[in-house]
This record gives sequence, C-alpha cells and structure tokens, in this order.
Amino acid sequence: MSAADVVTPRRSRPVRAWFRLLGSELGLVFGRRRNRVGVGVLFGLVVLVGIALKVSAVRHPRSSAGDLMSAVAGNGIFLGFAGLSVEIALFLPLAVSVLAGDAIAGEANQGTLRYLLIAPVARGRLLVMKAVSLVIGGLVGAAVVALSGLVTGAVLFGVRPLTTLSGTQMGIGDGLLRLLLAVAYLGAGLGALSMIGLFISTLTEQPIAATVATAMVSTLLWILDAVPQLDWLHPWLLVDRWMSFIDLLRDPVFTDRILTGLWVDAAYAAVFLLLAWLRFRNKDVTS
Amino acid sequence: MAEPQASEDSPAIGSTALTKRFGRQLVVDAIDLDVPRGAVYGFIGPNGSGKTTTIRMLLGLVRPDGGECSLLGRSMPSAATDVLPRVGALVEGPAFHPYLSGTANLLRVDAADRRSDPDTASARVAAALDRVGLTVAATKKYRAYSLGMRQRLGIAAALLQPRDLLVLDEPTNGLDPQGTREVRHLIAELAADGTTVFVSSHLLAEVEQLCSHLGVMRAGKLVAQGPMGELRALTATRFRMRTRDPQPALAVLANLGVADAVLLDGGVGGSLGEVAPEWIVQAMVRAGITVAEFVQVTPTLEDLFVQLTGEGFDVSG
Repeated sequence: MSAADVVTPRRSRPVRAWFRLLGSELGLVFGRRRNRVGVGVLFGLVVLVGIALKVSAVRHPRSSAGDLMSAVAGNGIFLGFAGLSVEIALFLPLAVSVLAGDAIAGEANQGTLRYLLIAPVARGRLLVMKAVSLVIGGLVGAAVVALSGLVTGAVLFGVRPLTTLSGTQMGIGDGLLRLLLAVAYLGAGLGALSMIGLFISTLTEQPIAATVATAMVSTLLWILDAVPQLDWLHPWLLVDRWMSFIDLLRDPVFTDRILTGLWVDAAYAAVFLLLAWLRFRNKDVTS
Repeated sequence: MAEPQASEDSPAIGSTALTKRFGRQLVVDAIDLDVPRGAVYGFIGPNGSGKTTTIRMLLGLVRPDGGECSLLGRSMPSAATDVLPRVGALVEGPAFHPYLSGTANLLRVDAADRRSDPDTASARVAAALDRVGLTVAATKKYRAYSLGMRQRLGIAAALLQPRDLLVLDEPTNGLDPQGTREVRHLIAELAADGTTVFVSSHLLAEVEQLCSHLGVMRAGKLVAQGPMGELRALTATRFRMRTRDPQPALAVLANLGVADAVLLDGGVGGSLGEVAPEWIVQAMVRAGITVAEFVQVTPTLEDLFVQLTGEGFDVSG
C-alpha cells in the first residue's frame, strides 16, 4: 500500500474536517487550566457584586431607585445585566486578550505552529479557525457572566416579572430573552476586539506581549471614549456603543445605537482580520 | 491547478538557487539540492550553516528570497497543502502542548490535516506511538516527558500517515544510545519500504551508517553533494609509518611522489594517492630504512567533512 492511496483527498468530508479542527481548538482552549480559572473569576466577580448589593440593600432598603444596580435588589434577573456592565470594561476584554495572545503567538512561542503548518493546515484555514474560536471564547465569557448574574440574583433576590427602564412590565421569559440578546451583542463586540488581538498575535512570538497589547488597546479605547473633548472621535471607537446593551431593557427596545454598534463591530473585525491575514500569509515561521 | 502531475522520476527534493537572507545576512546561498527518490540523504554541516533554514524553506515555513524548491515533484510552498500530507517532518526538535498527553497532542496534529481520516485517527496515533516505543507513556502529559521521549513523540508525529518522504532534522538529538540505535533501525526500515529520508545531523558516525547520499553545507552554501561512495572517493587514503629514521624516510617518500609527506611522532605519514603501499615499503627497505610498522588509515567521514568545510563543528558566523 503506497502512501498516495491512503491520503487521497476525501473531499466529501470538508465540513467534518473543519469541525474536527475547531473542536480540537476549543478543547485546547477550554481544557487549559488557566482558562478554566479565568472562567471561574468571571463568574465569581458577579457573585461578589451580588453579595455587595445584598449587603447594602439590607442596610439601605430604600436607596435611590431607577438605575441598574438598585434595580437588582428588587429582581435577581437584573444582576445578569449588572454583571455584564461591571465586567465589560475590563475583565471580559482581558479574558479575550488572553485567548488572542495564545492564538498565534502562543503556538509560535511553543513551536507548535510549525507542526500545525506542516501537518498541513493552510494558513488561511488556520487563521479563520482561530478567529472563530476567539469569537466563541468571547461569547462564552459574556454568557458565563450573565449566567452567574442570573444564578446569583435568583438565589439572593429572587426572580419575578421585571419592570423595564421605561417603566413598563415584562415577563420573566421576555427578560431572559433580552439577557440572551445582551450576551450576543457584547459577544459581537468582544469578537471584534479579539480580531485586533488576533492581528497583534501574528506580530510577535510572545503571547504575553500580545495579550498585554490587546488589553492596552481595549483600555485605551475606553479612556478615549470617556474624554468629553474627544466626542467627535467617540462614534468611531469600538467600545463606544457597548454599554448600549442596556437599551435592551427599554420598552420598546432602542435599537439605533445597538445596530450601529454591530456595524462598528463588523467593520473593526473585518479590517483587523484582513490585517492579520496579510501579515500571517507570508510570515516566516522561524520559531 | 495548472501544475502538471508529479512524475515519479522527479527528485524527492529538488531546489535551484534556493536563497534566504535574514536582514543583511545571507543564510542560505543559492543551493541546488537533488535528493533522488528512495535515497537516505544525509544533510550535514556545522551549526549555523543554514541546514534548518533550508528545511524550513522546503516545508513552506519560511519563504525563499530567491530560487525555487520542490517536494515530490511539486513546487513549494504553493503546493504545500497537496504535497505535505505525504511528507512527515521533524523540524528543529519536537514541539507540543505541555499540558496535553502524547496521544492528545498527536490527535491535535492529525486534526489539523483536513485529509486525514478521523475514523482511523485513534488507531493511527496508537500505531505511531507504538512504533517509537511510547505506548506506555501515551497518556502522560507532554510536560512530564524526558528529552528523549519528546524526541520520540516528534518522530511519531511524522509517522501518523504512511509517507513518501521523511524530513528529519537531528532525529536522534537527546536520545540515549539505545534510543539512537532504535531510531537508526526505524529509518533503515522506512527506507527499505521505499520512503525517501532526508536527515540532517551533526553526528557523522550516524550519517555514515545510515545514508546513501550526502549533502554538505558550509556557511550557507552546499559545498558537496552526491552518492556517499563518490564523495568518499574525494578523500585520499592516508598511511602512517613507524621508523627510527624519519628524515631519510621523508626523502624516499618525496622520490616516490608523495607530495604531502609529513614528519610524525616516531615516524612519517602522508596520503597514498596513486602510490601503492607495497611500493613504499619496498622502497624503504631498499634504502636501508627500518619499517617497524605500516598502517593504512581509511579516511572517516569526518576527514571528508573537514576537507570540505575546512573546519570542525564550530559555529560558523
């Protein structure tokens, strides 16, 4: 039996082969102890916020109503949204930065990149697979935060039909659906950030450097977004409309900023994925 | 896909004027490799002579700055995804995920190749591990592997599929004598099955035992290439003669036409060339010179290597 007989292309199974590679990648990402600890941290932070709110609610039963945090005391579902608003500025971007740092730079640093490429996997295919896995990573991060808020909120404050920020009533099912939409919306934003991270990851063989750089970009965007003198710049910043996920709690939902936000996410993702490809396509893999 | 199907008589590895520079340094300087099918080709040269960079170019990891190369008759790197499934390689030592087991690491490499059959993956991984004697350590984390075990896992990864060509960069690095012997047997076995093997090494004894062909690198240039026998013929057989009269002996040698005759401790020496050893002894005796001992020294590969590269195994800048 010659080698050629055995490795004849099996074009009938490209989809299966694709999912096999993605499955291998996700297994690697979520099997890694450090990443599991990270998921635990994302979860635990919301639990801490919940406990803090519970304690302060006992001390000051009638604090100023109207904002998200104080709404939590009346209904556990709001802790899902509150958790997202607490973690979206720093912890979730940091988590995504860690994964993005590993994506290419981590493989290069370990030398495993060269063995993937000679396995062989086409460079474009590898890059797209890494991008998809990063988007899934961001979504999972946001989902973990929302789930933690939901569970913690239900235990500490109970779950009941909620009052929207516009003052109308909404059923529990509707509330959960909006939480799911919030996760998807922030997942899209984190996905766009992870494409910046993926690009940076193709520039270096040091995963830590890529992680730090990506986290710095994210933080810089938040800072720029907070400087009133730069308001002309704000619409162009990736993170500018992330907090608009709160609009999902209005009745009817304010979709303007959310939809524009999705377009901005898509534009950032496209540009940086393209840059990553241009960089990675002909890169000399010398590690 | 206009590229013609590779014919069987195209070389397993070929290159023309293959060149690579890193910055201003010329690392690989216009080399023309020719590795015939079925050969066991030893690729030797001092550290830093461009061997690994050449291998990286052949496998499509590094882009050449000039020239062309091909594997199994297909141009690289453009045909990489078509031809690399038939090529197993170990490049600059093994590299795997430290917190995955040997089996899990091989499954990951296998998953990367979209043409490998997922249904047979476990069986192929088990067979590859068995072939390099790692079955007992299959479930151990890579982090806990010794240097030799890591090297074996790297070879196992190269054997996940039946291959037409194996490119092995320092395959016995870090192995104990027993492991070295096993790898040598493995290579001989694979070669006997018709697999072309391209092996870079700095262990000349190893290359001498294994290889049918040889390529010698020096400072980025391929200074010699060909069947082992032809290259060895380049090095003249030397002799050593013990005598109490070295000075007159030198004169006799000069008369016989031994150009490089030298004075040694307790005797003289030189290279035989066209001069038969019995002529020398006869001439010595006729001149009244005592011959206490006459030894013909078959040149080792190292002598050839030194002759070709003009140096030992020092790092060349």
